[in-house]
Amino acid sequence: MPCVVETYDVCVVGAGHAGCEAALACARLGLETIVFTVSVESIALMPCNPNIGGSSKGHLVKEIDALGGQMGINIDKTFIQSKMLNISKGPAVHSLRAQADKAEYSSLMRKTLENTEGLTLRQAEVTELIIEDGIAKGVKTFSGATYYSKSVVLCTGTYLKARCLYGDIVNYTGPNGLQPANSLSKSLEDNNIEIFRFKTGTPARIDKRSLDFSKMQEQKGDEKVVPFSFTTNPEDVQIDQVSCWLTYTNEKTHKIIKENLDRSPLYSGMIEGTGPRYCPSIEDKVVKFADKERHQVFIEPEGLYTNEMYVGGMSSSLPEDVQYQMYRSVPGLENAKIVRNAYAIEYDCINPRQLYPTLEFKGIKGLFSGGQFNGSSGYEEAAAQGFIAGVNAAMSVLGKEPLVLDRSESYIGVLIDDLVTKENHEPYRMMTSRAEYRLLLRQDNADLRLTKKGYALGLIGQERYDWVVEKERLIDQEVERIGHVNIGANAQVQRLLEEHGSTPLKTGTTLAELIRRPELSYEVLAEIDPQRPELASDVIEQVNIHVKYDGYIKRQLKQVKEFKKLENKKLPENFDYDKVQSLRIEARQKLNLYQPVNVGQASRISGVSPADISVLLVYLEQQNRK
Amino acid sequence: MEGDTIAAIATAMTNSGIGIVRISGEESFAVIDKVYKSRTGDKLLSQMPSHTIHYGYIYDGDKMIDEVIVAIMKAPNSYTAEDTVEIDCHGGILVMKRILETVVKYGARPAEPGEFTKRAFLNGRIDLSQAESVIDVINAKNDFALESSLQQLQGSVKEKVKEIRAKIIHEIAFIESALDDPEHISLEGYGEKLGHIITEISEEIEGLLSVSDNGKLLKEGIRTVIIGKPNAGKSSLLNVLVGKERAIVTDIPGTTRDIIEEQVNLDGITLNIVDTAGIRETEDAVEKIGVEKAKEYMDKSDLIIYVVDSSVHLDKDDKEILELLQNRKAMILLNKSDLPQVISEQDFKEILCGYGLSLHIIPISAKGGDGLGALRNEIRQMFFEGEISYNDEICITNVRHKAALQSALESIRLVEHSIAQEMPEDFYSIDLMSAYESLGNIIGETVGEDLVNEIFSKFCMGK
Repeated sequence: MPCVVETYDVCVVGAGHAGCEAALACARLGLETIVFTVSVESIALMPCNPNIGGSSKGHLVKEIDALGGQMGINIDKTFIQSKMLNISKGPAVHSLRAQADKAEYSSLMRKTLENTEGLTLRQAEVTELIIEDGIAKGVKTFSGATYYSKSVVLCTGTYLKARCLYGDIVNYTGPNGLQPANSLSKSLEDNNIEIFRFKTGTPARIDKRSLDFSKMQEQKGDEKVVPFSFTTNPEDVQIDQVSCWLTYTNEKTHKIIKENLDRSPLYSGMIEGTGPRYCPSIEDKVVKFADKERHQVFIEPEGLYTNEMYVGGMSSSLPEDVQYQMYRSVPGLENAKIVRNAYAIEYDCINPRQLYPTLEFKGIKGLFSGGQFNGSSGYEEAAAQGFIAGVNAAMSVLGKEPLVLDRSESYIGVLIDDLVTKENHEPYRMMTSRAEYRLLLRQDNADLRLTKKGYALGLIGQERYDWVVEKERLIDQEVERIGHVNIGANAQVQRLLEEHGSTPLKTGTTLAELIRRPELSYEVLAEIDPQRPELASDVIEQVNIHVKYDGYIKRQLKQVKEFKKLENKKLPENFDYDKVQSLRIEARQKLNLYQPVNVGQASRISGVSPADISVLLVYLEQQNRK
Repeated sequence: MEGDTIAAIATAMTNSGIGIVRISGEESFAVIDKVYKSRTGDKLLSQMPSHTIHYGYIYDGDKMIDEVIVAIMKAPNSYTAEDTVEIDCHGGILVMKRILETVVKYGARPAEPGEFTKRAFLNGRIDLSQAESVIDVINAKNDFALESSLQQLQGSVKEKVKEIRAKIIHEIAFIESALDDPEHISLEGYGEKLGHIITEISEEIEGLLSVSDNGKLLKEGIRTVIIGKPNAGKSSLLNVLVGKERAIVTDIPGTTRDIIEEQVNLDGITLNIVDTAGIRETEDAVEKIGVEKAKEYMDKSDLIIYVVDSSVHLDKDDKEILELLQNRKAMILLNKSDLPQVISEQDFKEILCGYGLSLHIIPISAKGGDGLGALRNEIRQMFFEGEISYNDEICITNVRHKAALQSALESIRLVEHSIAQEMPEDFYSIDLMSAYESLGNIIGETVGEDLVNEIFSKFCMGK
């Protein structure tokens, strides 16, 4: 029977947050790219929480943007509330989070895909990978069509053999009742790809008209909104914002949950998948933290187009009738009308140990993957990996060097290194504590860290690149200057210090020293610094941070220097570590399994000791000299 | 180049002759400049030409530690091909250790097991053909270091370190969960609370540091094992040594060990004596002599005292033991000299000869106390002639632990400083984590997923 056969440079499977970034990166790099989705209506769908960003996730969005990705631009144009989190804390943990208008977010991303040259959108379920001699050659779809390509990027999210559960109800669907992808798992297994089964969940959506907001606390957005994208004009994001609402569970809620635990598929054993510890269902919270009298509940709008409200903090897989009782026990939700039930979802994903840090499969050339398919969770984590997988799929087609970011230059690097190096038993979420050099990896300097790399790839334009280079120069110059501005203990200075509750000077000092005082900053000292040049606000921000946290930053830079030593020592591909008899057996096994790309990565594999690393270094040197 | 600056004692840990403390790495000269004073006090060794030696003194601040000769070798013309300094001091365990501790205090780091050899090889100073032996050195030293960290560390010290670490990780987890989920967990007023905890922690670390100065964290000394068949008189020997010498007796009922270790001080030489009789008693009586067990202890010892019952004939077990004595530091005690002798000193000499062994033989009567003076003299002599020595890995492990405690304390002080400076809370956790890591080095534990696990198990976060 005749079937459709087409040829592209790159096939991207899935058009969620990972797939969109992957497809856009490939097409923008000039490659003929096709992106498959089970439903064109579900492009960049947000099936769970209605926000983008948040602690450390906001960093990821900024980094994607600094490299030339889309997520930041998309949310800047579709947000309905925005907040900079942790603003009272250090600059490293400031993190942006915006509530999205879900429909707008999705439709704008769809428009972007549709209007990108070289990008073909195709509604079809991919059922099979075409792999010959360990090289990816393309994919086949449910209808029997064949799409040949030089690279394939898998971004199937939570759709693989997905099933949704609440109580004893099981729906064999993807999120939001969408069609699951039931065949691809087998094709993966046929190609010796190890599969995990993970689980996650989402709370109910409730009709706004049934809620009593007078019993809740209003949570407003920031007065001055900061955009995600370095390309967004800050004036364009000063819009009218919508509020979120805070309420709490109580003892009655907890009692209802406890009495019905046996009806939860989580506790009855019906759910096999591993769920995330950081995003527990309300029943998990009540059981694990039994001494807590109440838990927060955030009521968040899903968009301007709808009355549906997301009940943050109360994801569940309890039966429908218990959900009604449980939600209605919360102040303000007494008469709640549920639009969509809360549910747990189970899906297939891969053991990401099988990937290189480029996100290419170790055994299969030209096959890349990103997103929840790799065992992560979250829109931002997905987009970050999708972007890297897409870029590297493109680099592989173009025969260029892949893009690998390390732990010292980005959260994306931490995310991917953790995924491919550490044993992962639950959906992986980004957290600021996972980044050991976080003082250097701030959201405010993502452009300084990454935009040059985006330019080198061909995803950042000349103008943006030039500004980053100029910005760097201005920052260095100004930091240097204020280190040499002497401030005497004169009346004007003492008055200014007093105004800001700062101890008066006994002797002269430098401007930099004054900026380091917690109660002072670069900006407030303007009047005693007459030589100060006119500088853009983002330059001033950097100068302030550099000077204020100088000691800490220098210490981390020193640690990074140490870290880089082992990262720069490459290990051979497909190496048989059994040849190095002096390694302990456990180390040999682990190294054979993980096939780390450099000694640094090897040192982070559990079961590989510092002595093994010494042995490895001596062995490498021995090989080099032969 | 490996870069950072390491130090270790390069000679055997005996009281004899001269000891050498070696420093290697980028900062070697900076370190020596801080601790070395020439007689006139105006010489900076960093300014001196390579391959020169200098007479002078090592100082810790104002305190003179020893009169020394220092050799300086500039990269790449040294053993490690890095800037290297060798301090020749008066031998003596205490002096060498004090000098090592001083250079560590002023910027060097105690070397990891086999690290000098590793650097020498990586920097091309050791021939390729020797790569395997380099690996062996690293492995052997490391195995030993691991063992001594875990086994020799006093049980109470280990518990204390664990306790402090648990406190620290709990606080970090609290801060981090608040940073990750600021709308659920507030850090309002936390700095003050942490301040109290920090004071407590720094006092506890100071306590451990004083232990490291006085009682020592690890038991240094000559690891001595008494072997012999049941009833040869091993326990009597130990008792008599302990009693007569008014030794410091420390029973360590380790949770993982079922043997008794005694510390005996012989004229200033510390012996850590393992009584293998202890093992024997816990074993099934039907089982034949625990040669395997004895062998294990012999592998870990610096000196073997083989007790032979001279009133009975040698048998198969004795022969197995004699086989095991090859290439080891050992002495033979012909016990029960008060009873009618079946084997004389001369007989035994000939037997030893048959095994190609030449060991000192001392007839004693552990019961009556005859011959103990000779035993004591023999051990002293072996020590001063450098035949037996303190294990250098234990010494350096002690220094390493002390350095780790000090660095943990410094990190804790930085947290104190950050609190006083009203720095944002996320800065606290950076230094708390460094302290946690440093303390982990002492008990051989890395950070791994500790933090993430603590966050999830103790704090309720999420959507």
